[in-house]
Amino acid sequence: MLSMKTNKNTIETELGKLYAIWLREFKVFLREKSRLVASTFTPLLWLFVIGGGFGSIVANPSTISAIGHSSLGQATSGIDYQQFIFPGIICMSVIFSSVFFGSYIIWDRKFDFLKSVMVAPVSRTTIFIGKTFGGMTTSLIQAAILLVIGLVIGIHYSPLSIVAIVVLILLLSFALTSLGLIIGSYMESLEGFQLIVSFVVFPLYFLSGALFPLNNLPTWLSILTTVDPATYAVDALRNTMLGIVGKNPFAIDAGILLISAIALGTIGMLSFRRMKAV
Amino acid sequence: MITIKNLVKKYDNLTVLDNVNLEVYDNEIFGLLGPNGAGKTTLIHILATLIKPTLGTAIVNGYDIIKEPSRVRSSIGIVFQAPSSDDMLTGYENLKLHSLLYGVHAQIREKRISEVLELVGLTHRKDDQVKKYSGGMRRRLEIARGLLHKPKVIFLDEPTLGLDPSSREIMWKYIDRLVKDEKITLILTTHYMDEADFLCSRIGIIDKGKIIALDSPSRLKEGLGGEIIEIEVKNKQVESKDSVEHLLEPYHFVHKVEFNEKEGIVVIYVDDASHNLPTILKVFNNISINSNSNNVKSVNFRSPTLNDVFLKFTGRDIMMQQQQQEEEDRAEGGFMERYAQYENK
Repeated sequence: MLSMKTNKNTIETELGKLYAIWLREFKVFLREKSRLVASTFTPLLWLFVIGGGFGSIVANPSTISAIGHSSLGQATSGIDYQQFIFPGIICMSVIFSSVFFGSYIIWDRKFDFLKSVMVAPVSRTTIFIGKTFGGMTTSLIQAAILLVIGLVIGIHYSPLSIVAIVVLILLLSFALTSLGLIIGSYMESLEGFQLIVSFVVFPLYFLSGALFPLNNLPTWLSILTTVDPATYAVDALRNTMLGIVGKNPFAIDAGILLISAIALGTIGMLSFRRMKAV
Repeated sequence: MITIKNLVKKYDNLTVLDNVNLEVYDNEIFGLLGPNGAGKTTLIHILATLIKPTLGTAIVNGYDIIKEPSRVRSSIGIVFQAPSSDDMLTGYENLKLHSLLYGVHAQIREKRISEVLELVGLTHRKDDQVKKYSGGMRRRLEIARGLLHKPKVIFLDEPTLGLDPSSREIMWKYIDRLVKDEKITLILTTHYMDEADFLCSRIGIIDKGKIIALDSPSRLKEGLGGEIIEIEVKNKQVESKDSVEHLLEPYHFVHKVEFNEKEGIVVIYVDDASHNLPTILKVFNNISINSNSNNVKSVNFRSPTLNDVFLKFTGRDIMMQQQQQEEEDRAEGGFMERYAQYENK
């Protein structure tokens, strides 16, 4: 009896620690209003300026027939370019917020907050999971704002599609927050931060097929898109939101996303374990 | 409470801690005194299980820092050199966060938070974001955070670094009361002599990774032998250390003579300086008569400070060294300066 009770207490304490780390991230996110505004505004620029601008070219009868027949398959009718890139813009928002969120751990280290957490009796795994949950929450909130704006450009949701969309966003966000945390755990100064933007965030975004269909790509580009986990999220979201059967069936996309989330999560936990405290 | 055994820490070829052995007793305030880079912070970080030692180990509150780091962490509180609270959160939220991290029971959590807030006098500001706090308030919040889980041992790394003189004194009083009220053992690092003198029951002087002296402040000062008379001479060439020493030799109240050639100051360690000063001046006058000039420029006598103790053991002046260090930091736009800029933003 006694051991069962202590067991329950231990679990409660561990969950309390996890909750504490998550809550801190969430509160900081809510208070940094400029971060929220900026990270919502950029995807909107892409959606309306790039989506509207390129949309006007793509709307040209010859191009639309090219895309329509070769790439977008039978379901393209009634879908304009802006709607076509909308799932990609959702993924863009998730990519940016997740990777940045993870690599913000460099700031935590810079201002010694991380040290104060690491000196507490909390396992590195708990810190890692708390952080990823924080990243998933913030990414989901930002994506939710965009999903509502999606109604304006004529995207329709069903209860089932919303569930699928949320699951996909959470999987991608878990994978990429882990990626950001892995990078952050190895970086000791802020100087390398710009490198993350150039060599991680933008490639993840551009190679995901957020802005173009994946069929008929040059071979080298096609290979690069297959190693980008965001590709599968874009593909599956297009399937769910627009009914376009893309490169892979939904189950394959979701499965690959799940595997990359597990893989990056595992590497992340290992990186956290070996991370220096000071 | 803490037993440090043969502790060595090396970074590549640099030896930061060189075979440190030390015993810290229950309910004492133990001071680690030394210049920047002496290894104080490294020692604290090792005891707090943030860094692993290269060799040796330590027992903190009955737990081995290498074998049982998690138990060590639960039983200690630590206040870092730079404030480490999240300044986007309020004081209360920071304390709540850490009480969860330390597994403080839900039933006593709120009570404990209000207790420590009261103790450091931050109750009225608990719902303000930490970024609106002054330097002293931040430091007090850190101390409150360190006390939340009722640790047996508290580490304070340079508790008054960067505070103005009045805040420093207030902080000293807090720390002093804390140890008495909460019955804890406190280890602090400092490079301020007056701080170590005021607060600590025992002091370990650390230099270049070694503990070179260990005793109570008063005994360390007594060890120097009495009080100090400093005589500034006009003509540095006239006196040599040997001649002064020779002339003062007959007087039993003189313990030791030092001669600072660069500044032309003769330092004499004596008993009862106020009564024996005339005798000594007479000796100097005799030298002056021989050389046909009054050679004494100024006279100063005082009780020995810990700075003199440090000078004796290391041959260097801790405050001078500190100033040099700080000037170098400024020249490079050092971390503290960048930190200050961030604070101002």
